[in-house]
Formats: sequence, C-alpha cells, structure tokens
Amino acid sequence: MTVDQAWRPSSIELARQAYRRHQTGRSLLIGAASTVAFATLAWFLLVNTPGWARVQESFFDLETWAGAWPRVWHGFLLNLQILVFAVVGVAIVASLLAFLRTLRGPVWFPLRFLAATYTDIFRGTPLIIVLYLVGFGVPGLVQQRIPTEVLGTVALVITYSAYVAEVLRAGLESVHPSQRMAARALGYTHGQTLRIVVLPQGIRKVTPALMNDFIAMQKDVGLVSILGAVDAVRAAQIETARFADFSPYVLAGLLFIALAWPMIRLTDWVTARMQRREQSGGTV
Amino acid sequence: MTARASAASSLRIDGVRKRYGDHEVLRGIDLDVAPHEVIALIGASGSGKSTLLKTVNLLEPIDDGQIFLDGEDISDPRANPDRVRARIGVVFQGFNLFPHQRVIDNIAVSLRVVHGMPKAEAHERAMAALTRVGLGEFASNYPDRLSGGQQQRVAIARAVAADQSLLLLDEVTSALDPELVGEVLELVRELGAEGTTILMATHEMAFAREVADRVAFLHAGEIHELGTPAEVFGSPQRARTREFLARVTH
Repeated sequence: MTVDQAWRPSSIELARQAYRRHQTGRSLLIGAASTVAFATLAWFLLVNTPGWARVQESFFDLETWAGAWPRVWHGFLLNLQILVFAVVGVAIVASLLAFLRTLRGPVWFPLRFLAATYTDIFRGTPLIIVLYLVGFGVPGLVQQRIPTEVLGTVALVITYSAYVAEVLRAGLESVHPSQRMAARALGYTHGQTLRIVVLPQGIRKVTPALMNDFIAMQKDVGLVSILGAVDAVRAAQIETARFADFSPYVLAGLLFIALAWPMIRLTDWVTARMQRREQSGGTV
Repeated sequence: MTARASAASSLRIDGVRKRYGDHEVLRGIDLDVAPHEVIALIGASGSGKSTLLKTVNLLEPIDDGQIFLDGEDISDPRANPDRVRARIGVVFQGFNLFPHQRVIDNIAVSLRVVHGMPKAEAHERAMAALTRVGLGEFASNYPDRLSGGQQQRVAIARAVAADQSLLLLDEVTSALDPELVGEVLELVRELGAEGTTILMATHEMAFAREVADRVAFLHAGEIHELGTPAEVFGSPQRARTREFLARVTH
C-alpha cells in the first residue's frame, strides 16, 4: 500500500489539525502551571513544618554523606555481589522447581509433591525468618563457620526461587495446548516440545512478572545485614552511630533506588510494548 | 518434492474404538487407505472425524483395534510414537504455527531436530517447501504477519517438508475467511494429484467430491457409508447419508 503522492490534506483536515495543535499547546501550559503550583505548595508546607531544620540536619546532611560514602559504597558493592550470585541461583533452582511441577505421570508424584510443598512453604514464610533459620541454623548444623554473606545469599535463593518457580510455571501453562499438540504431531519428543516450543513462548509471557521479582530482590538483598554481613545497610548503621545522624541510611536508600530505577523503567516499557502488541491483534 | 509420489504410504485402520468416559466416539472403524489414495471423511460435528485422525497420529490412544502404517502395527505400545509421528504430516484447523519462530524456522527447526538434517540442508529444504506453496518471500517474517490462508499454506508446507508419506488434514479450511479457502484447497488438490496419500476430514462437500478417490460418511462413531464420490454424493444408499447431504448441500 503506497501513499497517493497527489493527495493533499483538505481544508477541513487542515483546520482539524490546527485545532488539535492548539489544544495540545493548551494542555502543556496547564500541565506545567499546575506542576509548578503543586511543587511550590509542597515545598512551602515542608519547610514550614516545625521540625524541618532538624530533619534536614539529621537525614540530609551533605557532610555526613561525604564522610559515610566510602564505607556505604563499599558495603553496596557487597550487595551487588550477593545480587549476582542470588540471581543465578534463583534462575537455576526456580527452573528446576517449575519443571518438576509440570511433570505428568504417577512415577513423578513424589518429586511433584516435594516441589509443590516447597513453593507452598517458602512463599508463606517471611524472608526475615528464613534468613534467621539459615543464618543461625546452618552453621550449627554443619558445625563450621560460614561467611554471613554466603548464608544470606542462600536464604534469598531459597525464598525467591519459590516465587519465581510459580511465575515460570504459570508461563509454561499459559501456552495453548494446541502448540504442544502441533509440536508432538511434527515428531518432537516431550523434552524437545518443552525446550523448543513451550519454554520460549512461556518465558516471553511472564517476562514483566519476572522483572518485577528481580526488582523486589534487588532491595531485599539489603536484608542480609541482619546476619551481620557489612553491606550498604549495615555500613550505614555503623556510620549513623559514628556521625550520630541518620543521613547514611538515606544515602544507602538512594543507592538502592539508583540500582532499581533503570530496571523499573525497563519493566514498564516492556509491559507497555507487550500490551500494544496484543492490542494490535496478532492472531495465533 | 516430486519424489514423494513414489514414497506414498498405505494405511489400514482395523476395528478402532475410542471412548471418552461413557461416550463412545469411535465404535469400530475399519478403513483401508491405499498408497496415493485421497479419502475424505464427512459427517456432522461430533461424528468422530477429528478423533479418528488423532488416533492415526497417535495423539489419542485407542481403546481397541489396530492401526497399520505401511503394514507396521503403529498401535503396538512398543512402536516409538515420536518416530511414527515424524512419518505422518498433520494440518489442523487452527494452523498452529509457532508464533515465536520465523516462518522459515517453523519448517526448518523440525527438519533439523526431528529428522536430523544438517542446518544448511534443513534451511534449503524448508525454503524449497515454502517456495512450493508460493510463500518464499515471507520466509523471514513471523507468522502473525501472514493472512489465515497464507498461515495454513505454511502449515501444509511444514507438514510435508520431510517428504511425509501420509498427510492428515483436519478441517483445514474451517477457520478461514471464505475468500481464503480457495488457495488452501488448491494446494491440497495439487498434493493429491502428486500422489500423496491423504486422509482428510472436511466440510467442503464440493471439494471432497472433486478431489477424493473415496468418501467415508461417519455417523455416531461408525463409517455409515463408504464409496466413490459419485456413489456417496450421487446415489447415497443409507437414509442418514441422504439426510446429512440434504442439510449441507443446497
């Protein structure tokens, strides 16, 4: 379908376009004015709160931030390390769990049952309790000293695998049975059908949910501090005690936001794009 | 793809029964399909046409009877169902192309994975199959860019790309807009003329009459009447056949 080169918009269409441009300009102006008014009001209320000066001093103190930076940053690098290992661990354990739950046939009942029980238990248990149980229970069990960051990573993997496994399973089951049937009809084995036809489509469907879990885990990595690992949160606690003000906590918080923000935007973008695709009416 | 004619399969269905719970869908089906023969299965919805095709492809286990492909008992539990299915091409009503694979890969991947072809050969073979159905230019598109008729032609190309010697067609035009039916039927007509053995369930009576060597009218899980198109459509012997034809052809 090529555009007719001889076509020029009619005067009616030109008038409509001009009207729409005018309306867009108006909307922009109103939006800008309302934002400025709102921000001014919020700022005015904030600085006129009786305790504002003290809050500013003990939460947003630039000098304290500068002083706390080296230790908090160093701790944050530990968070990043834990995150990398935890993501790999969750990917492996969750895939395995999801796979076990899709097995059919009586032979696999014990494995299927175990996987189902696992996800039930660890989706129900608060992460902080898992951290305590693993952090203090495992060293007692094996009678050996294990680095707290390792124990923290294990606890994260245990909990998040349960969530991610359920998301993956939902993805696998969302692929229409006719796709499975078509693959089997072509002669694909059960394993090949899963790997070549079901898994790629299933993962695609749950990508936003998986990214969301990843964002949640990025900040929960900070919880390993309760076992004593000197991560950003623990370092902030130490610096808070040293400077006798809470600014280091805010600094650590800002670091976590900076880490999560690109992923949050990306998730929004991916979700919106998938929605657009579905709305444009792709068949199959 | 002309070599297929000599490799056409024979199929023998012998006393096949199938039930879902209390409902008997197939009640002792006997049907011999000779090499190169095109047989049309006609009958009302729920008469067992689709189920019969699925049992031949081992997608539905049967409750009794035997199915022989080129003399080999494929209903024997010791037969490897994946190898059997690889020899039979199937096309479904709903196309069932893989939406995450390019059109060419829909065909080439199974040639590689199921039939063990090297990558280059599989690609070449898939391209030939696509060109054969007149869709070579869409090779690197995703299936959702194609019309329903084009998707169904790709599905047919995929089903016969490995020189499958038996082709099962399950109401391949039922999901298509009327103006797209022709191109798909034309392709089936050509495959039949080339000598592929075809067993097809269809609602297109005019097409069945023109293309099929024999027509089987299914009613309540049994082959109620079987004969040449001239016999079944021209002078049906049984009352139910006449009733059915009166309903669908006018």
